Amino acid sequence: MQLYSRRILTNRIGIALSMVAMAFGLAALMWILWTLFYNGFNALSWEFFTQDTPAPGSEGGGLRNAIVGSLMIIGVTTLVSTPIGILAGIYLAEFGATSKFAATTRFVTDIMLSAPSIVVGLFVYALMVATLGGFSGWAGSVALSLIAIPVVVRTTENMLLLVPTALREAAFAVGAPRWQVSLKVTLRAVKAGVVTGILLAIARVMGETAPLLFTALNNQFFSTDMSEPMGNLPVVIFQFAMSPYDNWVSLAWGGALLIALIVLAINIIARIMFRNKVSA
Amino acid sequence: MSEATHTVDLHAAQVRKFKLQDMFFHQVTMVFAFIVLAALVGILISLAIEAMPVFREFGPAFLWTNVWNVPEDQYGALSAIYGTVVTSIIALVIAVPVSFGIALFLTETCPAWLRRPLGTAIELLAGVPSIIYGIWGLFVFAPLFAEHVQPYLQELVGDTPIISGWFAGPPIGVGILTAGIVLSLMVIPFVASVMRDVFETVPPQLKESAYGVGCTTWEVVTNIVLPYTRVGVIGGIMLGLGRALGETMAVTFVIGNANRIVGSLFAPGTSIASTLANEFGEADPGLHISSLFALGLVLFIITFIVLAISQWLIKRGIAKQGI
Repeated sequence: MQLYSRRILTNRIGIALSMVAMAFGLAALMWILWTLFYNGFNALSWEFFTQDTPAPGSEGGGLRNAIVGSLMIIGVTTLVSTPIGILAGIYLAEFGATSKFAATTRFVTDIMLSAPSIVVGLFVYALMVATLGGFSGWAGSVALSLIAIPVVVRTTENMLLLVPTALREAAFAVGAPRWQVSLKVTLRAVKAGVVTGILLAIARVMGETAPLLFTALNNQFFSTDMSEPMGNLPVVIFQFAMSPYDNWVSLAWGGALLIALIVLAINIIARIMFRNKVSA
Repeated sequence: MSEATHTVDLHAAQVRKFKLQDMFFHQVTMVFAFIVLAALVGILISLAIEAMPVFREFGPAFLWTNVWNVPEDQYGALSAIYGTVVTSIIALVIAVPVSFGIALFLTETCPAWLRRPLGTAIELLAGVPSIIYGIWGLFVFAPLFAEHVQPYLQELVGDTPIISGWFAGPPIGVGILTAGIVLSLMVIPFVASVMRDVFETVPPQLKESAYGVGCTTWEVVTNIVLPYTRVGVIGGIMLGLGRALGETMAVTFVIGNANRIVGSLFAPGTSIASTLANEFGEADPGLHISSLFALGLVLFIITFIVLAISQWLIKRGIAKQGI
């Protein structure tokens, strides 16, 4: 009987600890989000979106140049990484079942998914900034693309592998060539899943700071010239948060909230899309 | 020429055309797959080239020399490697048990209707950009930690030999320990998600048999689920380690950025990633920038090895599903 009660007790303690762990995880999430909303909302205003970053120590101002810069850099990133990612994903899914080359690429892609993003920044610095004469929005886009592509590749491949073989065989049986089967049958069948992958890739690069530090750098002024250093939200948040000026710190909180809201919104949209697709 | 042979010719032409197009399609997609592969090799090569001057100057001793003196152009990686490794270990010490608890709760004891929302919440936590953790750590966590936790910890350990040294020094909030804690919050979602996924691969028959002979939930988890998923669980932990080693923003904000090694965990330190983030932008050409590249190369190689092992283990862990 004593043994029995001891086992029950151990079980209760174990289960209780697991609940504590869950509560700890959720509490951390709540705490971080709450402070983010609390400090961020105070900074959001009309000027936040319509004025450029203020000079050190001055009042007012907003993050217009950084918001526009971020949108442009990420827009180019999406345009670059989507076709590369999808085509590489098609290769892995449709032609890569047995080849060694495909297995290596798959392995490398999985590692790139978690590789330190600051190293990607160093690479692009050595590749573009040092050789082409200066920091630029283009370099920022290339760095972010290197981080986004693996996400698109892996989701595209995983989605394509979900397509029943019967569907491919049916298309082959009516005489369709391989490229038409890939682009017009299988890829179309998993369209929602592939779009989900692209959205997740955008969400992933949205808050990436490290790769932009030595590529896009920052620009205090409004600029839409991608060949010049370009203001962008993450680097501005980093610089402003580390500064001694209250106004800058407040703007950093606002920028952080803006990024978090966009990332969460994209994640939720991607999930809903994916769920609808799976249940359909 | 008869009608029939004409049609056959047309068909042959069509088939030839399709074959050509297919070959083209195959090659094009392969080129794009190759780009992905080339990027990784390119990163390694370019970092190695840029880091060459430093290794030529200091030799491999660069890796274990504890000096970082910009004015005198003397560089060694030890303090940055130390900070990187110690913060990652602290992060894992906290994150592994918590992630295990979360995964256990989600797969075994959680009511079915709560499973999905809670699982989603943990996954959303994984999506929060690391700069948010950093700014939160600097402005919210570090001051609270300095005021309420650090003095209490020092009192708690008192004069205990060795351990009291870990918590020595002024409680200023930022430092190695704070960075480790913020990092742990960041990696928990990754580790917990992998653990949950591998726990779900345990065949229900196995668990049900154990429950059937009267095992408690805790006994099922420790005697059936954990041994069965051991490989995948270790893979998940390695994934968390890979993330922690290379994290930049969450660490840079709270580690204090001091290029030295102090025994105390309360003391400010530096990590490879935070050194890069702080110094690279203003580094002078020559040895300084080259040694930063060398740091990047070291970081990339360490994380590459850790992540490669993790991928291998996770795949093995999930492949067992079919038993």
